Amino acid sequence: MPHALPAIKPGAATAKLDYDNASQAGVLHLSGDWRRKSRRPEPGAPALPQAMSSLRFDCADLTGWDSTLLIYLHDLRRDCHSRGLAVAWDTLPAGAGRLLRLASESPATPTSSTPTWSWLSKLGRHSIKTWDGAVEVLGFVGELVLACIKLCFGRARMRWSDMALEMVKAGPQALAIVSLIGFLIGLILAFIGAIPLKWFGAEIYIASLIGIGILRLMGAVMTGVVMAGRTGAAYAAELGSMQVNEEIDALKSMGVPPMEFLVLPRFLALTAMLPLLGLFGNLVGILGGMVVGLYYLDLTYTQFSQQLMETTRLADLFVGLFTCWVFGMLIAICGCLRGIQCGRSSEAVGQATTSAVVSSIICMVIATAAITVVTVALKI
Amino acid sequence: MTLPPPIAVRNLTMAYGSRVIQRDLTFTVRRGEIFIVMGGSGCGKSTLLRHLIGLQAPADGVILRDGQDFWALSDAARDRIKRNSGILYQTGALWSSMTLAENIALPLQQFTRLQPREIRDLCSFKLALVGLAGCEHFYPSEISGGMRKRAALARALALDPEILFFDEPSAGLDPISSRRLDDLIIELRESLSATVVVVTHELASIFAIGTDAIFLDSESKTIIAQGSPKDLLNPAAPPLVRQFLTRGGSAPE
Ligand SMILES: Nc1ncnc2c1ncn2[C@@H]1O[C@H](COP(=O)(O)OP(=O)(O)OP(=O)(O)O)[C@@H](O)[C@H]1O
Ligand SMILES: [Mg+2]
Repeated sequence: MPHALPAIKPGAATAKLDYDNASQAGVLHLSGDWRRKSRRPEPGAPALPQAMSSLRFDCADLTGWDSTLLIYLHDLRRDCHSRGLAVAWDTLPAGAGRLLRLASESPATPTSSTPTWSWLSKLGRHSIKTWDGAVEVLGFVGELVLACIKLCFGRARMRWSDMALEMVKAGPQALAIVSLIGFLIGLILAFIGAIPLKWFGAEIYIASLIGIGILRLMGAVMTGVVMAGRTGAAYAAELGSMQVNEEIDALKSMGVPPMEFLVLPRFLALTAMLPLLGLFGNLVGILGGMVVGLYYLDLTYTQFSQQLMETTRLADLFVGLFTCWVFGMLIAICGCLRGIQCGRSSEAVGQATTSAVVSSIICMVIATAAITVVTVALKI
Repeated sequence: MTLPPPIAVRNLTMAYGSRVIQRDLTFTVRRGEIFIVMGGSGCGKSTLLRHLIGLQAPADGVILRDGQDFWALSDAARDRIKRNSGILYQTGALWSSMTLAENIALPLQQFTRLQPREIRDLCSFKLALVGLAGCEHFYPSEISGGMRKRAALARALALDPEILFFDEPSAGLDPISSRRLDDLIIELRESLSATVVVVTHELASIFAIGTDAIFLDSESKTIIAQGSPKDLLNPAAPPLVRQFLTRGGSAPE
């Protein structure tokens, strides 16, 4: 009673089982070209008759083989093994038999199965994760404060040279992009303001608009956003890849706290540089607005500067710089936290970078709102 | 008709910028050979592999793959040759955001028309071959260093390549696993008639599997000995090579 598998065009790989009822012996005829490129029987071992007690192979017509034959036989081997069938493996081509034996000699490691969760437990797990995340943020900030205190007593393991390097990276090297964006933002703000001011013939107030707008808010926001995308993302990517390469573990095991060695210099550098960048951004932004005032609204330089001086206060500048300083802290904390929390794969580094930028922008918006409310309430 | 040797190197000079690592390398890897590359740490073994697999262009000299000048070929022809090589990098180089099964499946999905079921079976089989049966769902960061090495080996074997490059395959493995690996390499050569180029320091492996070998020296920056590992033990071989092969002591009996 031959158990023929579906008919296959000649030349293709075939497997045909002959079963002799009397002796209960089976012969699996393997023929054709058992390679990736040729047509093969459907994957999965052939169904073996229940009563079969022994199996051998006939490979006289087998013209070639590669791993595809091996996986076919690997399945068969598992079946035969579970049924305790006597199989003459030595009737296979020598190499195939030995490779199969090598594969099955390997001790099976228990597979980890991921359990499926109901929506309720998913919700619960999600809430727990969110809560844990919040605790982790608090812990991180707390550790950072402790590190700062240690620094005050000169006991933090921070290299000042690292901090200087980070300051150069976060300061002078960012000047070009901050001035470009600052100038354009000043320009755009002035153009938009110029339209309604012209209706009222109040062109001179462009100086106040630019002065207050840039100094108090736009200068800081623009610098913050640029630096979040530039430096915050760099921190997350840098610390994240150190996490992937176990460099952070190496520091920890040597007793060098990553918080002091890696996070502190970045935090201090960015917090110190951001107000300075903001100040510079303010200057360039006002310059951009002035260009519009002088060439589009035909004001004179004296008119513009006098109006600017009369209507803006030093407090506006300080509120803006204070905002910058807060942004610096937020960007450094978000960037470093995401980097330190990063998982152990290249994908995780990408996620860390993205979430560093997103969370620092969200934090900055919230902080701006808070500062605005407080300053208005205090009439600053 | 005799086929040209899979790899022939003529007067190869390797350099990073102006810093020459090795010069005037000339050797031939014949079909079905297990070719060992030896040498002290930092002498340029990994760099040589990078040249042979086409990641780095020679500063001077010619690399012939299957009789053709590798760097004079068109990109398409070069890609075809590259696809026929399986490579185990010194550090594993598994894709960290994919599971082991996905790592092995990627070349199969890209370059073959196997069905998903066959790809899954092949992944399990290749993992079983290197002794990692049942580890399909682990991520590279969740397994040990030696397991990572073996998983990378399984990935190198995915496409049943005709030529295999192994950079220190047994580093980080226990003696038993490393013995199994030697068996596997020999088996691959015999049953799939693969050609294998191995960088290794493992003396036991060198003698057990090597059919031909070269020894790179970092002092003179070139090959100082060539031949089957057993021949390199003879008194005529350079003292440095004999020291290397006998761990600084005298020749084993
Ligand atoms: N990307 C690179 N740029 C410049 N020099 C390099 C680069 N990679 C390696 N080198 C130099 O080339 C030399 C050879 O390096 P290679 O990695 O090939 O050594 P190796 O023989 O594989 O050593 P090991 O046995 O330790 O792995 C070393 O001296 C190294 O400093
Ligand atoms: Mg190396």
